[in-house]
Amino acid sequence: MIVLASIIDSFTGAFDFIFHSREAVTGGGVPVGGPAYIWPFARTQLEVTAVALGGALAVGMPIGLILGHIGKGEFLAVGFGNAGRAVPEIAVIFLLASLIGIGLGNVAIALGILGLPPVLTNTYVAMRQVDPTAVQAARGMGMRSWQVILRVELPLAAPTIMAGVRTAAINIFATATVASFVGLSTLGDFVTQPAVYGNDGVVAGAIVIAVLAGLIEAALAGVQWLVTPRGLKLARASRSA
Amino acid sequence: MTTLAAKSLLVADSANKCAPGLPADFCHHHETTGCVGGNGLFCADWAADNIDRYVGPFFRHLEIVAISVVAGFVVALALALLSHRHRTLIPPVLGATGVLYTIPSIAFFFLLLPITGFGLWTAVIPLAAYTLQIIYRNTIAGLANVPDDAKDAGRGMGMSERQLLWRVELPLATPEVVAGLRIAIVSTVAIATLAFLAGAGGLGDALYAQPSFNTNIIMVGVLTIGMALILDLMVVLAQRFAMPWQRARPR
Amino acid sequence: MLERGYGVMRGLRLRGAFAILLAAVLAVGIAACGSSSDTTGGTDTSASSSDSDNLIQSNPDNGKTTLTIGSKNFTEEYILGEIYAQGLEAAGYNVKTKLNLGSEQIALKAIKDGQISGYPEYTSTALGSLYGVPADQIPANAEEAYAQAKAKLAKDDVTAFSPTPFADSNAVGLLTSTAEKNNLTDISDLKGVSQDMVLAGSPECRERIDCLVGLEKNYGLQFKKFTPVDIGLRYTVLDKGDADLSIVFTSDAQLANSEKYTVLKDDKELIPSGNVIFIASKKVAEDAGPDFRDTIEQVQGNLTLPVIRELNSRVDIDKEKPADVAHDYLQQSGYIK
Repeated sequence: MIVLASIIDSFTGAFDFIFHSREAVTGGGVPVGGPAYIWPFARTQLEVTAVALGGALAVGMPIGLILGHIGKGEFLAVGFGNAGRAVPEIAVIFLLASLIGIGLGNVAIALGILGLPPVLTNTYVAMRQVDPTAVQAARGMGMRSWQVILRVELPLAAPTIMAGVRTAAINIFATATVASFVGLSTLGDFVTQPAVYGNDGVVAGAIVIAVLAGLIEAALAGVQWLVTPRGLKLARASRSA
Repeated sequence: MTTLAAKSLLVADSANKCAPGLPADFCHHHETTGCVGGNGLFCADWAADNIDRYVGPFFRHLEIVAISVVAGFVVALALALLSHRHRTLIPPVLGATGVLYTIPSIAFFFLLLPITGFGLWTAVIPLAAYTLQIIYRNTIAGLANVPDDAKDAGRGMGMSERQLLWRVELPLATPEVVAGLRIAIVSTVAIATLAFLAGAGGLGDALYAQPSFNTNIIMVGVLTIGMALILDLMVVLAQRFAMPWQRARPR
Repeated sequence: MLERGYGVMRGLRLRGAFAILLAAVLAVGIAACGSSSDTTGGTDTSASSSDSDNLIQSNPDNGKTTLTIGSKNFTEEYILGEIYAQGLEAAGYNVKTKLNLGSEQIALKAIKDGQISGYPEYTSTALGSLYGVPADQIPANAEEAYAQAKAKLAKDDVTAFSPTPFADSNAVGLLTSTAEKNNLTDISDLKGVSQDMVLAGSPECRERIDCLVGLEKNYGLQFKKFTPVDIGLRYTVLDKGDADLSIVFTSDAQLANSEKYTVLKDDKELIPSGNVIFIASKKVAEDAGPDFRDTIEQVQGNLTLPVIRELNSRVDIDKEKPADVAHDYLQQSGYIK
């Protein structure tokens, strides 16, 4: 019962932190909290996520498309995905900070490296799973390779590719929480500094992060739905009926 | 004068003389060039000499991963078996485990700190929670993929529903379940590097002790990835050993 | 596609048992090789100039008491924690260590929850961070600061032992070349110059009166940008040119061993300095007997500023283990054999 009461208490305190300004726990009349204060941290986290995700797509998708189209390199593409899951993010972030420095660019590179495996693997697997008869039909119509990729394989592979993009985006956004160790102020600041922001700040940070992550997930799920060709949607609907 | 101020802070300058106030037997020479002092990319000698630094954190890391994965597996399996019987449970459970997954690990650790304190459980609970979705989803999918004739044959032999589940459905679902388990193990090994923030120790502790020393960072990275790959391999081998007939599954 | 294994049941039993055996062996292996958090003795190094009067005597009565020594998450704290832990071990206590407490809030809570017996804290941090005393009200005098901290901690049932000889504080650090180029000796000299400079500090520095806020208000300085970094990177940012100024510690190894870095004098006395005081749960301290306090205060007797800088250098530059460095210190000071 006490636990429940303290949980409710934490939540009300957190919402107060999100919507109203207050003095920092460290005193000195320093104001913290409130939407205007919180927004720049959230924006930085979204920005670095976007940049990192863009990089991962720019590198991972072409490789996955080409390898998937020609059907070679499965060990690399899928193995890379499996190994990528084993990479400890915080080590990559600190290593890059030590080697090339801190700041948006470097953090984006570190996060992009983390987002690359799901994009690459899902793109490759998606291309391999495209119905070969569709590809044959396209070739039969005289399309060249790049046309086959763009006009036939890619649309059919798009839903699975988007699933990989969603995974990458959520992973990147979640990991961006630690960016304040290396020069970027993100929502992680609130979570890791109860000394300044109090327990309300910690819970508030966690809530905002979870909500934004949910919004990103929902937005990308919407994109996934949009890029699913109508034929696939109908086929799936009839299969599960 | 700035340079004078700088000199007064020195304990041992380049001529290896000791600062005033420092007893002679305390004065060591500190090499700021060379691999270790100069932070070269990887100092193999230092790594070889200092491997014992990583032993404690390595096994602690293994312990955290083992407890988290086992706990997550048990809970996810229980939920899956329940959902297999009552299929309406599937969407809400998938949703709930998905929500858990979107909470970043650091946030989860710091949220639990006031409740569970600084230590093992503050790390294990979130890590176990992250494994729920993948194991649950894969178990459900595996059970759903069991061919009907296998079940019919079982029923034909007079099996009860419970016997059917444990003797036919689950064994046939094993490949999917194990696939989910492998992903869960590998991801948990990686995320557990953050467990030091919750006070649970692990390889993250070793990393954070010298976070700008390249050799240290690389050692932690290599040990983490190595642990993940070895555990993954062990699971694959265990599966093949337990069920060799599934070796020949076409991809 | 799944192959239909009608021999599932027979084959599975046998092989399943082996698989379970494999898992069991793994589990036993984990348990057997489990990490220990006990203190490790250091290596035997150079001959000690020990004064046998200083030698810690092992008191068998202490053997019934187990103490858990904590420390925060940076080099100086690791060294201090090890020094205290090994000293107490020499005095006959059973000692465990928990040298990874993230922040002073976590550490104090660990004392209150009984997870640790005590840890080394700075008087300035205790007053400023734990009890919210504004930076300009923290006494510059070491004795006064100790008295105030002791009084406040007593209200939380925490005892504060006597302070170390050395005092440590934050400082505005920079490359010596930058200081010379801009003729900077004091922090006030930054006026008119700092608006083109990037300042790096720990994330909480941004909101602290004894950090960025004070530099802006008390010193009237403007900075081009404030970059939050983990304290482990406070010199890396200067090396890489990611920051022109960085918040460092006056007892840092890097300052002690290279002319490359220097600090600006805090002419307006904004930043409080603090001696280290070992703070412990009052109850644990009472139950542990007088040797607890006596040993702690004895082993820190030799920790002057040059000495702690030297010890920091051995860990941060030579990359030795804090446990080994603590052991050597205790030996060379004659506290242990």
